[in-house]
Amino acid sequence: MAAVSATHLSKSYGKVQALQDLSFTVEAGELYGIIGPDGAGKTTLFRILTSLLLADSGTAEVAGHDVVKDYRAVRNVIGYMPGKFSLYQDLTVEENLHFFATVFNTTIEENYHLIADIYKQIEPFRKRLAGKLSGGMKQKLALSCALIHKPEVLFLDEPTTGVDPVSRKEFWNMLLKLKRQGITIVVSTPYMDEATLCDRVALMQHGKFLGVDTPKHLMEQYPETLWAVRSDGMHRLLGDLKAYPHVRSSFSFGAAYHVTLGGEGNPEELKAYLETRGHTGVEVYAIPPSVEDCFMLLSKNTGDER
Amino acid sequence: MLSYLLEKEFKQIFRNTFLSKLLIVMPVMFIIIFPYVTNQEVRDVKVGVVDHDHSPLSRRLVEKVGASPYFRLSDVSATYPGALDAVAEGESDLVLAVPRGFEHDLVRGEVVEVLVAANSVNGTRGTLGAQYLSTILSDYSGELREAAGAVPGAVLPVFRTETGFRFNPTLDYKVFMVPGLLVMLLTVLCCAFTALNIVGEKEAGTIEQINVSPVPRALFILAKLLPNWIIGLLALVFGMLAAWLVHGVTPTGSLGTILLFAVLYVCVVSAAGMVVSNYSNTMQQAMFVMFFFLIIFMITCGLFTPIKSMPDWMQWCVSVNPLKYFVQALRLIYLKGSGFAELLPEFAWLCGFAVVFNVWAVWSYKKSL
Repeated sequence: MAAVSATHLSKSYGKVQALQDLSFTVEAGELYGIIGPDGAGKTTLFRILTSLLLADSGTAEVAGHDVVKDYRAVRNVIGYMPGKFSLYQDLTVEENLHFFATVFNTTIEENYHLIADIYKQIEPFRKRLAGKLSGGMKQKLALSCALIHKPEVLFLDEPTTGVDPVSRKEFWNMLLKLKRQGITIVVSTPYMDEATLCDRVALMQHGKFLGVDTPKHLMEQYPETLWAVRSDGMHRLLGDLKAYPHVRSSFSFGAAYHVTLGGEGNPEELKAYLETRGHTGVEVYAIPPSVEDCFMLLSKNTGDER
Repeated sequence: MLSYLLEKEFKQIFRNTFLSKLLIVMPVMFIIIFPYVTNQEVRDVKVGVVDHDHSPLSRRLVEKVGASPYFRLSDVSATYPGALDAVAEGESDLVLAVPRGFEHDLVRGEVVEVLVAANSVNGTRGTLGAQYLSTILSDYSGELREAAGAVPGAVLPVFRTETGFRFNPTLDYKVFMVPGLLVMLLTVLCCAFTALNIVGEKEAGTIEQINVSPVPRALFILAKLLPNWIIGLLALVFGMLAAWLVHGVTPTGSLGTILLFAVLYVCVVSAAGMVVSNYSNTMQQAMFVMFFFLIIFMITCGLFTPIKSMPDWMQWCVSVNPLKYFVQALRLIYLKGSGFAELLPEFAWLCGFAVVFNVWAVWSYKKSL
């Protein structure tokens, strides 16, 4: 049975179409990533699925319950962690956890095993006010609070935004552990590198899914060979790449430019061309595409359709 | 569940350094300090004297004025224009001019005219001062008449006005103000606390977490309102005790009636606070909206100026001001000792407001999601 299924969801705020006829399913026990830039409609989608917002049209079910008709049932089986830290800053760590256990009609003891791994890391600070925790610890507390009632489906809206790289990694390790315990997780993130950790990813832009697949398959399906290009004059390089007639796409990716070549183009010629333009230390080598590359390609293609 | 929600609300209130201090400071300000501040009695009116007569009788008049606690002789001028100059310079508020031949005419039993001129830049000070001064003058003439009456064959008709003030015999301003200030205290406290409380959860984003939980909405709202009711009623008890201990003001009517009205009124204002917070997204916005309405309601509630002296159309508008009915009821209970039966109209109005605001609050809470 699908843990989450949405059919033809649409939502607009005035003239802005936040969701456009969106349909998808998340299987039970899946770690499902929704990847997209700010403003893609991720938060709107989460708010509809967690029964906080009504869609203009379309229906959605979570764990077999309709999010509009059975919203009470939905609320009992989901855990939601909004993008913004939203626990009581003026209550202590322990009080927050106790509070959320109580509002979900359960106790900390009953489901302690679920959060033990995560909560142990913040337990030394249990008498501290939540507002005085560091960013990473806040996330751990928020996750603990979202888990305390043993939800079937966990919705995490950009849980790692504004969290340092080490804490991000830790956080994803926790998610993988939770997945092993059979909890379905729907997580959104603007970080493409986190996508490879998901079972399936949906690439989202302008309220639509550009493509849904396993990260591996997405990357395998990448239709072209991707070349990384570097030189000693990186700043000047982008302009020169764009001027080269056979370059189909090029964008900055960390320390190099990722380039696809069309038609007649081949890496040796590109290298020679760049050297004639006065670049030194030119390197051109094939690389495996990342999820971000797939995203750039897909969003470029839909951009062309417009 | 409810008990835990309440526990959380109280923890938050007492941990909030600003709100918990406000809880103490506000009742102290309103009930202990404000009755001194809102005093409208006029004291120490500066009187300039122009005595053209220089007779024993005119000197006695001037002494009599100076002996009154309301007046202070500030200036003695030889001429009337000179006295007016003193007024212009702010040396004196009132001018008392005694004409030449004052004693002569008085002894002969003729009508004597004494000029009183008042600086009415500060209207209350000018008019009240002039009134006090005329009272002294008529007292004085009465005394003189009595003295003259002792002379056989010269019996003159003596009129004496006896003004008795019922329900507040000494016209003590505090007795009049304290009930009104109690109303203001309850209004500001309950309205502000409720308005800030819910919008605070919105700002912190915690309301989302509550909304995805199975907590019923009514229960959540109740958990938000109950602490405010309790705080409001505690403030009322404190205020009444302070009014008694500090100002010696105690209600003539029954405490039960006061409590009944207070409970009802607290329901009205906290629901009004809820409405404000449902339409606001930030604390700032809630504060401004709330104070806009609070100021209008307070100025028009009849606490500072009688409603009867407002223009007719305003009197109509004021009938939808909940403060008006509570101020009226509390004053009647405090001063007149009115019972519940006499206060039925006020009670009915407040019940109406309670229903309207509470329904509106729940409705707009649903709408705001």
